[in-house]
Amino acid sequence: MKIEDKLFLDRFRVDAESHLKIIDSEKCRDCREQPCLYFCPANVYRLEGDRISVNYEGCLECGSCRIGCPELNIEWRFPRGGYGVSHKFG
Amino acid sequence: MKETFDVIIVGAGPAGISAACVLADAGIKTVVFERGEYPGAKNMSGGVLYGHDLSQILPDYAERKCPVERNIIESRLWYLSKDSGYSLGYRDSAFSGERKHNAFTVARARFDRWFAEQAVKKGALVVPATTVVDLLKENGHVAGVVTGRQDGEVRAKVTILADGVNSPLAAKTGCRAEPRPEHVALAVKEIIDLPPEVIEQRFGVAEGNGVTTELLGEITAGMDGVAAIYTNQASLSMSIGANLADFVSAKVKPYELIESFKQHPLLAPLIAGGQPREYLAHWLPEGGYDTIPQLYGDGYLIAGDSAMLFNALHREGNNLAMTSGKMAAEAAIEAIKRGDFSRKGLAGYGERLSASYVLKDMRKYRRFGRFLYGHTEIFKELPELASKAAREMLSVDGTPKKQKQQLIWREIRGKMGIWRLLRLAWRGWKSVK
Repeated sequence: MKIEDKLFLDRFRVDAESHLKIIDSEKCRDCREQPCLYFCPANVYRLEGDRISVNYEGCLECGSCRIGCPELNIEWRFPRGGYGVSHKFG
Repeated sequence: MKETFDVIIVGAGPAGISAACVLADAGIKTVVFERGEYPGAKNMSGGVLYGHDLSQILPDYAERKCPVERNIIESRLWYLSKDSGYSLGYRDSAFSGERKHNAFTVARARFDRWFAEQAVKKGALVVPATTVVDLLKENGHVAGVVTGRQDGEVRAKVTILADGVNSPLAAKTGCRAEPRPEHVALAVKEIIDLPPEVIEQRFGVAEGNGVTTELLGEITAGMDGVAAIYTNQASLSMSIGANLADFVSAKVKPYELIESFKQHPLLAPLIAGGQPREYLAHWLPEGGYDTIPQLYGDGYLIAGDSAMLFNALHREGNNLAMTSGKMAAEAAIEAIKRGDFSRKGLAGYGERLSASYVLKDMRKYRRFGRFLYGHTEIFKELPELASKAAREMLSVDGTPKKQKQQLIWREIRGKMGIWRLLRLAWRGWKSVK
């Protein structure tokens, strides 16, 4: 089962504005490991050409990218109240 | 909000709602802010809850129709290599008799919502869809919170932080340092629907009863981690997680890890024919005793996962959250009675936690997290070696047993060394004794 199909099972109320932001995209370009492309459980961070795109719509709000980014280059806040993922079972 | 409260609680999880119940029972004016659409919308755990701690808050939880999935009568521990494994289990009829609900499974989106409703019935105010973005401070004293809503300042005498392990609020306000990657585990979980009778057949239990299985070994791809399968009424909770620092350096994708976990030959038959229903991710606070922050200060207390209260060895977290939430509330009540909301006035919280199993267990297992994190052989070489040994001894092929033993020892010496194995056993024992 692919990650897209897994996320399709979940219920999201998507806000117009992203709650995740890359602070300085230059740093990502210079980042050798780019571990966010792997450890994010929702595949939010994807390589598009030479830049990393932030697909915040499917974020599961675990916080891993905030502290796992080797450059601490991600500005992370909770989605606005009531937005983001809503567990049906939990 | 113009209204002021005696106590503000951030987060409607087990810690926050336990605190709200105790405060409301004492007639204290209490509000709980929850960022999810409803309590439980953002919450995740393996899915096991403990009756003892819940009954301290709600002695009549059964009559109040607590949404129990299955009562746990057996705990299993599996140690797996890639395609084989050891299985150990303990089943006891006491757990369906006089010790019923010692442990039971829940769906957190349902349980937390129900739990919050009980707090509301007792008189607490629960406000969902509201994120707390900052704390109000006056002369270094926490005097309330700032929510994400318009005119979002709300004042209170005491604020209880129960907003969970992932708390940008705690980090921003300095109430708890941001965890380092090695101090949390990242876990993903899938809910897999199966008919109740299929679950009962596959796990050998009667209606309403269930089994927990914790699994470790090669399934976490060499990372320091653990997996679990818990039986719900009409579904299975499958979780797998590992130290976040290991995830970062190993470049393992969590959603691929759970896929290969589901395909393990020992597990595939258990979930065969099941329908995936939900996919979730969350942290576990695994840093242990040494990562517990200062538990209270001027005008605030911190409880549950936010305070890194978690017993990784016994997979206990919800119970520590409930009991710490209750104790935070008791300390707040004392402080309100005395009119002293300073750190000194709230010190009853620290005294209660120290005297309880919460901090005693945290202290006992202080070194356990570091032991696992420092001994990757448990997740790398050892599962395969252990499997080879069993496979050899159980294979009836005309080879004398003495010769088989020599073969196994040679293998162990080559891959790990006797001293490394003994040191592992000794250090493991010391970390939990």
